[in-house]
Amino acid sequence: MQTNFTEAQLADPDIAVANQVLRSCVHCGFCTATCPTFVLLGDELDSPRGRIYLIKDMLENDRPATAEVVRHVDRCLSCLSCMTTCPSGVNYMHLVDHARVHVERTYRRPWHDRLLRAVLAGVLTRPTRLRLALMAAAPFRRLAGHIPGRGVLAARLRALLGLAPAHLPARGAGGPGTYPASGARRGRVALLGGCAQSVLDPGINAAAIRLLTRLGIEVVVGRAPCCGALTHHMGRHDQAMADAAATIAAWDAEIGRDGGLDAIVMTTSGCGTTVKDYGFLFRNAEPALAAAAARVSALALDISEYLTRIDYAPSRPAPGVTLAYHAACSLQHGQKITVEPKALLSRAGFTVKEPAEGHLCCGSAGTYNLMQPEIAARLKARKRAAILATGASVIAAGNIGCLTQLGGDGLVAVHSIELLDWMAGGPKPAALG
Amino acid sequence: MIRQPQPKQEILARRTALLAELAPMLPPDGLITEELRLRPYETDGLSAYRQPPLAVALPETTEQVAAILRFCHRNAIRVVPRGAGTSLSGGALPMADALVIGLMRMNRILSIDYADRLAVVQAGVTNIGITNAVAAQGFFYAPDPSSQLACMIGGNVNMNSGGAHCLKYGVTANNLLGLKIVTIEGDILEIGGAHLDAAGYDWLGLLTGSEGQLAIVTEVTVRILRSPEGARAMLAAFKANAVAGACVDAIIASGIIPVALEFMDRPAIHACEAFAHAGYPLDAEAMLIIEVEGSVAEQDALLDRIRAICERFDPISLKVSNSVAESQAIWKGRKGAFGAVGRISPDYLCMDGTIPTSRLPEVLERIGAMSARYGLQVANIFHAGDGNLHPLIMFDANDPASFHKAETFGADILKLCVEVGGCLTGEHGVGVEKRDLMGVQFSETDLDQQRRIKSAFDSRWLLNPAKVFPLGPLADAGEAAVAA
Repeated sequence: MQTNFTEAQLADPDIAVANQVLRSCVHCGFCTATCPTFVLLGDELDSPRGRIYLIKDMLENDRPATAEVVRHVDRCLSCLSCMTTCPSGVNYMHLVDHARVHVERTYRRPWHDRLLRAVLAGVLTRPTRLRLALMAAAPFRRLAGHIPGRGVLAARLRALLGLAPAHLPARGAGGPGTYPASGARRGRVALLGGCAQSVLDPGINAAAIRLLTRLGIEVVVGRAPCCGALTHHMGRHDQAMADAAATIAAWDAEIGRDGGLDAIVMTTSGCGTTVKDYGFLFRNAEPALAAAAARVSALALDISEYLTRIDYAPSRPAPGVTLAYHAACSLQHGQKITVEPKALLSRAGFTVKEPAEGHLCCGSAGTYNLMQPEIAARLKARKRAAILATGASVIAAGNIGCLTQLGGDGLVAVHSIELLDWMAGGPKPAALG
Repeated sequence: MIRQPQPKQEILARRTALLAELAPMLPPDGLITEELRLRPYETDGLSAYRQPPLAVALPETTEQVAAILRFCHRNAIRVVPRGAGTSLSGGALPMADALVIGLMRMNRILSIDYADRLAVVQAGVTNIGITNAVAAQGFFYAPDPSSQLACMIGGNVNMNSGGAHCLKYGVTANNLLGLKIVTIEGDILEIGGAHLDAAGYDWLGLLTGSEGQLAIVTEVTVRILRSPEGARAMLAAFKANAVAGACVDAIIASGIIPVALEFMDRPAIHACEAFAHAGYPLDAEAMLIIEVEGSVAEQDALLDRIRAICERFDPISLKVSNSVAESQAIWKGRKGAFGAVGRISPDYLCMDGTIPTSRLPEVLERIGAMSARYGLQVANIFHAGDGNLHPLIMFDANDPASFHKAETFGADILKLCVEVGGCLTGEHGVGVEKRDLMGVQFSETDLDQQRRIKSAFDSRWLLNPAKVFPLGPLADAGEAAVAA
């Protein structure tokens, strides 16, 4: 596609990347078809092709973001379904990330929007604060359904309170530290501790550690607070880069220690997409940090990739459980991991069903369900209906956001790793009763 | 650059008042008027041509479409209908004084009748959406434009779209039973229905392929077919374009009708392989995808005969798909081919002409020679069995000279198609892209007769004007052109 940047603009390395992304788009329109918001809203402005056009116009004219542009960019889930569909290889992720930073720098949001974003960025990414906040919110959880009003404020408040679990899980195993392999050590990996996940469901990493150590892998969980993905998707560039840099430093130290790392493993695919992109994010950083970021990205693997690599095998007989595998967008679109999770679950002895419209996002999308509750609720209902149509009552997925979004009301949502751990000798996931 | 008529100044002057009157006819967020938000609607799949519209309306019902058209007719506002905006001929290119009516929100499947094998769907349902809705029952909708993932059935009707599998099943026109349309006066009409053929004139035939110039289609009744027992694709690799072209002609001449017979040349093979990882032969100059279907015995028998024909053309390799996944990858590459060319060139013009298959080797060689003369690369990807060419001329839109050369080169290719006994368009429609070449194919008398048909439906030439017919001496289409 034609672009109109001046030589001076193109001297900015970030604009040069945006230009290259825009030039690779041929405006064929394929992306519209698999974009959840276009499917729901039927307006090209709420499709990747429309957003690309709005972003192009804003960047070419070096215009501050306007309310109209912000509305349509905010509605993007960053599910990256468009990148799976795009035949031309347009890197929409890098373009929309760029746009989000531009929005954050040039647009003043309404006060309540700024407040919500600041709270989410400051609380979700800091486990201690999140734990306190959820404990404080728990008594009000039942009120969520009674908050009146049709406006976005009321809907957001309902979504926020709805997030608070009835019972906050106790701080369990899986915190920072080194977990030695049982028996002979076959390998050594770092496991992302995670921010929100460590509070909302510490059982996920506990299962990963149990399973990996049982398979002869030493697991190191670092102290870095957050990988930066959540704030990165909100356009809060400085906070995201600071958190990511801290995470990189922690892991890079482990790479140089005790025989190095075979992989950096994530049980939260939303984080995985960003960690795998660190090399790009820090490409213009000072050389040592850029090199460390590239090293970390090169080692980053989703847990399903790593388990496939080390030949996961079950030790228990098939459980006779039918699952619906829900493909998290960050796995299927962000990291293009489509085969491994299903193959592992099948190998573990589960009967795996695939819901229709598997490419469509469930609406969780990081903090999306809190910031765009109406669209998120419609996507959730659509996804749950597709899952229920498979006849399965258990959902397996590889991302905490999806699990929180889809579980409840007759559907049990469990992280795949807990199921794999169970079949390889671990405890039965509590959620399965 | 394509010439467009002058916008009607009186419409531009009354814009605010007109849009204020229009808004209540639509749902709350159904009218887009801000300049910034109109920009993404300024173009379609032919992004070299751009013009933001007066406004964009997004109706949700046929009745809303009728109300809008009645209003536009009363106020002499031009109208450009739009589906998914995937047209490669600029069929949805707006005009500065035209209201774009986007049918994307009319995306419901209204009814499916398996016993009588038909489905009634709204115009904004995607082509693949119809097949997806009936696949579980063992049915499919046959015409499959490469953009079938995104393109909408209303647009398919208006462009009489084809696709890879039309070699066996025919194009859109052969798979339609009925339409619900709205005339420019705002009348809602039903044409055809749940039966073959209709009494009286073949209105369905007239409306199919009328490029949004006669009426706006809001509902479509399509024929759905039983899916075949199975299908297998063969990849045949050759040492030269002309050799592959000769092989296509030999297969068709033998009396075999494969379900699809597709051609890709070296640049296309490489671009698509990078996208689809389908195992395309990267050492070939040209490749054919030949698909057969039916029972396993039928497939085997046909593939044996086709293999024997291919052997006569000294192939580099012949490979039959072994699994459903492999076949899907082969088609993913072919269907994503135009977009995939975006990997090797920032821009392209996608041509769409049809020639007799016996002239394929000669035409491919002449296109190759033109490519050298213009200094612009070409990727050839096309429905070879139908003789429907799609040379993609690669250029750089940031370089105006390169674009101008590409346009001239494209016109030369289409003139060549007519010269060898073919025609200007296979399945993309004339749109704005081939408008000024219509004189190569038709005499002025022919064109005037066609213009009179448009005038009969739309006497003030408000529906998608300035497409299909060359502009008249007054730089306008329509009555003035007919009169002159």
